Amino acid sequence: MARIRRFLPHLVLGAGAFIVVLPFYWMFLTSIRSPAEIFDVSLWPIPKQFDMAQNYGRAASQVPMLRFMLNGLIVCLGILIVQVATAVPAAYALAKLNFPGRKLLLTLVIAALCVPIQALALPLFVGLAKLDLLNTYFAMMAPFFLSVFAIFLFHQSFRSYPDEIIEAARMDGFSEMEICWSLVLRGSLPSLAAFSVFSVVAHWNDLYWPMIVVTDINLAPPPLGMLFFSDVESGANYGALMAGAALITAPMIVCFLLARRHFIAGITMTGVK
Amino acid sequence: MTLAMDLGPVSASAAAKGRSKIERRMMWRALLFVAPAVLLLAAIYIIPVLVLAGFSLTDYQLGALSTRFIAFENFVQAFNDPVFLRSLTNTVIYAVIVIPLGVFLALGLALLVYNRKRSRAFWEAAYFLPVTATLVAMATVWQFLLHPSIGPVNAAIKWLGFEPVAFLSNPTLLIPTMAMIGVWQILGFNTVLFLAGLTAIPKDLYEAARLDGARHPFDRFFTVTWPMLGPTTLFVVVTTSISAFKVFETVAVLTKGRFGSETLLFDLYLEGFEYSNTGYAAALTLIFLVIILVLSIGQTLHLDRKVHY
Repeated sequence: MARIRRFLPHLVLGAGAFIVVLPFYWMFLTSIRSPAEIFDVSLWPIPKQFDMAQNYGRAASQVPMLRFMLNGLIVCLGILIVQVATAVPAAYALAKLNFPGRKLLLTLVIAALCVPIQALALPLFVGLAKLDLLNTYFAMMAPFFLSVFAIFLFHQSFRSYPDEIIEAARMDGFSEMEICWSLVLRGSLPSLAAFSVFSVVAHWNDLYWPMIVVTDINLAPPPLGMLFFSDVESGANYGALMAGAALITAPMIVCFLLARRHFIAGITMTGVK
Repeated sequence: MTLAMDLGPVSASAAAKGRSKIERRMMWRALLFVAPAVLLLAAIYIIPVLVLAGFSLTDYQLGALSTRFIAFENFVQAFNDPVFLRSLTNTVIYAVIVIPLGVFLALGLALLVYNRKRSRAFWEAAYFLPVTATLVAMATVWQFLLHPSIGPVNAAIKWLGFEPVAFLSNPTLLIPTMAMIGVWQILGFNTVLFLAGLTAIPKDLYEAARLDGARHPFDRFFTVTWPMLGPTTLFVVVTTSISAFKVFETVAVLTKGRFGSETLLFDLYLEGFEYSNTGYAAALTLIFLVIILVLSIGQTLHLDRKVHY
């Protein structure tokens, strides 16, 4: 009885984890099997015939899968750099400097936290269309140049930085820029790491906005490319389709497994998705 | 003596002038620091929300030659539009499945994982995997898993001696199937939030409860854990309902809104960006925004409390 009670939690957790991880396992297994084994529903990990090269080759040649991933990388990095560049000084000023309208700005930032991009998509789309900017990297990145979440997060973390050190640095002739970027931000590196993870994961996986502003398949980020690929294949070749899915999910999963703590912290500290 | 008396106020006012000069310079510097953020806030949030409200009162269609002001006709039309009402119902059904399952399964998992000392990191990682994975790709995998003839799920159902289930072609099963995928995706996220909540409960409370006669673990759960987890639970319920109301990817991959399986965001996407009914879509967007804002109030209160700590 005692033994059952000791192992029961593991049993329940194991059964749950089996269901949760099954799609990943099935994706990988199908991506290395030959298409002839499509009716084989066994979970045996070693396929009768390895077709890994063919499946991945097809995923990369049928559609520009590597191009999608490069697009994703460009968009994610572009967004992250501008987000940090605009949010850090703003958060520093909100936390440590006095200026008229400070309270109002902080209120607006918190109010904006509640507004999802899907609610702003329509006017932003019309604006970008009027400026003839659809189908550009800029259009994919622009709505995310300001992260109110980043301002909020950095503001929280900068506030606890000791004022005495800032005063002393001013006495020593440091400019506000230097204080902000090399002193205060250095004290908040965990927040910066967590925010970077959050931002990159969110935009690598985002489908809604790219689907609106991009029709040129050569500019598609991974999720949009995947949608396009699954429409083209439409179930004809599951091996290649799963290879494509594996290629797209792999970067995030590998990073997650390597930096598990940072990932979990980065994604959950938000609650704002 | 008099000299010193005279000098006192003069140097003090000079110092005050100097200080206010420095203060003014610091103020300008601060404004310079927030300027990019303020401009972007106006361009991305404030102006678009106003434009959106304006659109919703017109029959504007992107590319149309003339536009009329039609007051609240779009909103009247929305609540008589069978497709919109169906998308609203579908989204509510989706949320009604995802919220309780996503919250209580996660709470159960968190309670189980919390007491594992050595294997905790492993379970956490396993359940968190779907949160980081690209949902569009994983929805494609689910489509394959649930395939009526070649999917392993139906193979298992047949092996158990039941009839295969048409998860993705039987209209009544579409929304529940997508809700299951939604639960699968959000479970790890909620579990980690509950784990953080559990860690914050002081250990001596359990000891006190034990001394007060709460001998059974269930008693201790209801006297200590559940009340102490109150704020966490509220937060998890709010975030789960917000993401449930934003369901889009699974619909885009699995059904594209066929067989009457549109959800709120998908209908909005079709009206606004496929059919270019900008004015009407703006009205639908405002309805969507109101739902999200009502749900967010709880979340903001939670964040606000963190601000004042």
